[in-house]
Amino acid sequence: MNEIVITLSRWQFALTTVYHFFFVPLTIGLALIVAIMQTIYFKTGDQIYKQMTKYWGKLFLINFAMGVVTGIVMEFQFGMNWSEYSRFVGDIFGAPLAIEALLAFFLESTFIGVWVFGWDKISKRLHLISIWLVAIGSTLSAFWILVANSFMQSPMGFVLENGRMVMNDFGALVSNPNVWVQFTHTVLGGYTTGAMFILGISAYFLFRKEQVDLFQKSFQIATIIGLISVFLVILVGHSQGQHMVKTQPMKMAAAEALWESENPASFSIISIVDQKNQKDVFSIRIPAVLSLLSYNRFEGEVRGIKDIQSEYEQIYGPGNYIPPITINYWSFRVMVGSGFLMFFLTSLGLYLVMKKKVLSFKLIKYFPFVIVLPYLANTCGWILTEVGRQPWVVFGYLQTSEAISPNVTVGMLWLSVIGFTVIYGALMAVDVYLLSKYAKKITVDEPKRTEDEKSYWE
Amino acid sequence: MNYETIWFLLIAVLFIGYFILEGFDFGVGILLPFVAKNDTERRMVINSIGPHWDGNEVWLITAGGAMFAAFPNWYATLFSGFYIAFFLILIALILRGVAFEFRSKVADIKWRKFWDWSIFFGSIIPAILWGVAFTNFIRGVPIGENFVYLGTFWDLINIYSIIGGLVTLTGFTVHGAIFLSMKLEKPFASRINNLAMKLWFPSIFVLLLFVVETYFFTDIIDQLGVNPGIVPIGAVLSLFVVGWFIKINRNGWAFFMNCLTIIFSASTIFLILYPRVLVSSIDPIYNLTIMNSASGEYTLRIMTIIALIFVPIVIAYQAWTYWVFRKRITSDPESLHY
Repeated sequence: MNEIVITLSRWQFALTTVYHFFFVPLTIGLALIVAIMQTIYFKTGDQIYKQMTKYWGKLFLINFAMGVVTGIVMEFQFGMNWSEYSRFVGDIFGAPLAIEALLAFFLESTFIGVWVFGWDKISKRLHLISIWLVAIGSTLSAFWILVANSFMQSPMGFVLENGRMVMNDFGALVSNPNVWVQFTHTVLGGYTTGAMFILGISAYFLFRKEQVDLFQKSFQIATIIGLISVFLVILVGHSQGQHMVKTQPMKMAAAEALWESENPASFSIISIVDQKNQKDVFSIRIPAVLSLLSYNRFEGEVRGIKDIQSEYEQIYGPGNYIPPITINYWSFRVMVGSGFLMFFLTSLGLYLVMKKKVLSFKLIKYFPFVIVLPYLANTCGWILTEVGRQPWVVFGYLQTSEAISPNVTVGMLWLSVIGFTVIYGALMAVDVYLLSKYAKKITVDEPKRTEDEKSYWE
Repeated sequence: MNYETIWFLLIAVLFIGYFILEGFDFGVGILLPFVAKNDTERRMVINSIGPHWDGNEVWLITAGGAMFAAFPNWYATLFSGFYIAFFLILIALILRGVAFEFRSKVADIKWRKFWDWSIFFGSIIPAILWGVAFTNFIRGVPIGENFVYLGTFWDLINIYSIIGGLVTLTGFTVHGAIFLSMKLEKPFASRINNLAMKLWFPSIFVLLLFVVETYFFTDIIDQLGVNPGIVPIGAVLSLFVVGWFIKINRNGWAFFMNCLTIIFSASTIFLILYPRVLVSSIDPIYNLTIMNSASGEYTLRIMTIIALIFVPIVIAYQAWTYWVFRKRITSDPESLHY
């Protein structure tokens, strides 16, 4: 019974979080890029940039609405499903959430309204400032949420009092090294997502030779922002990995399917593991490369799963401290693979832009598929981060199984799991339908009135 | 004043802000299918809150975050205990939020009708449930040892909380009607002002009923004394004045007085609660109070500094947006934003 509650609570959290994070990175990325486009329009007065702002802005707003409504669920369900977690860390975890709402959400949500409804009502300068405030708000909100998440990965700035974590150093919470690698990685991932989205859609129209001017300029902006962002994502991701080796060695060992400690440590090309019997079914590894990734040199010990397990048993008592290896292993690889593929494709894009060959490039018709890549990378990145921390919810202090709400029953959970799944599934269909409908609409006018001139009561 | 009390006050302020602002959003959403005679009018009604509803909803998110940060036990017991209620509120807010963005994106009657009804249900469900929830705060719910809620969803539903739900439902609907009569162009606005008058009667009726019930179902006499003071009396009086201003068609004043009604009513609930935050119907020793629910003093101090700096800034820029969009909404297709 309790096991089912834990499993369903986990599924619901995974479902609602992954879903929410389909929309967040695109919001972060498109807010910035649309703000840049509008800035160019503001500076030059060039109508094409106004058209670009409106066109991408429309798609931005459809996505934004989904991000907003799925975000409320995130805040409520810590209390709804994880009440013991909330009591244990509320002192520390609640603070960045409240600050996020106060500093970031208000900014974002208030000025999005000003931006949407203010086109002809306020000065051009104020209108431009509004979209920048939306962009700043969305990036700031990522910062505070990652301050909260970093605490779960690598707790800092607290003392234990009466069985609860109590904050004693706000500075330590914010300057947690984990925050800075994770924040830059995530936000740059958002910029990459926005760029890939624009790149893919622009390529679709460039292949069909429609609205060439608008989409060529969009393609150009997207390749530049995309290339810079994804390059930095990879660099920061590398530091993040090195940070992980130090603070959460089990996550790295699982992501590499490394059973025994090795010096120099090998990097897995492909591993299929039998987690129950703690061995590989099949594995190909390159010697020393994992040491290189971990320490920037060809030597240095990277600790294996079995060693860390026995160490944790000594520190935390008997138990299983190994996260699901296959999930970690593959999510790590899909994330990194998508990242490098995006780096390659944006480099190719920039080459085509510089050589003015975008329109003649034959393979451009396959470019729209790049849109899938950031979504894969974002989702897998979070799966690695969260699943790799298991069985802990707050690393080293609270296990996920101890964090659930004691009063929530299996029946309540089935209701909410099914409810969210059905609503989210239906909304995804609507979202994709509207995005593709409006992506195909170059003219920015929306349908206005319907012919429906009756009240709902006649 | 200790930090716990400051945060009790701040959370009260955030919820009151939420009820004032999203109160009229809910009212407008509830009225949408009934007051608009055609698609243009429906769009006008939605546009009255179009630039604002999202920012208004952040008051709830901030109140929830503040509760989590300042009173983790209150947050944990409330959200897990009222699980089904919050699930319903979430589903409602999700559908309503996307509906504002999606409903005009397709020029199809059925499509728009679906989203307009989503706005209706997405508004009416939370409008009722917030009243039910706050009534239960003071009535008491089955909370046992270790702050754990021992009841079910049905423990939240009783004759008192249902009237509480009707108070918020009718109150927000009147609030929305008055807001629309301020925001829409004249002939349409006058029609809605007449409707506001009709809605005002049930609103004052359930409020009075609620007041009477409060003496039976809560310990208001112990908490506030025989003379409850200016705040609860003000709630009832201001609502009477609202009726007068609706009658003489002074929309701005009616709106202002209705805001006062919301402030006084919600304050009364918080006054009856203080220093408790959730009352246990099992035994007073299980009550959640500002002391046994609160975070450490360090957290409260940091959060106080941040709140005192940023809450006024937020209020200032949100007020500015109402100034920017202060003009009445006309049916002129050129100016009507879709």
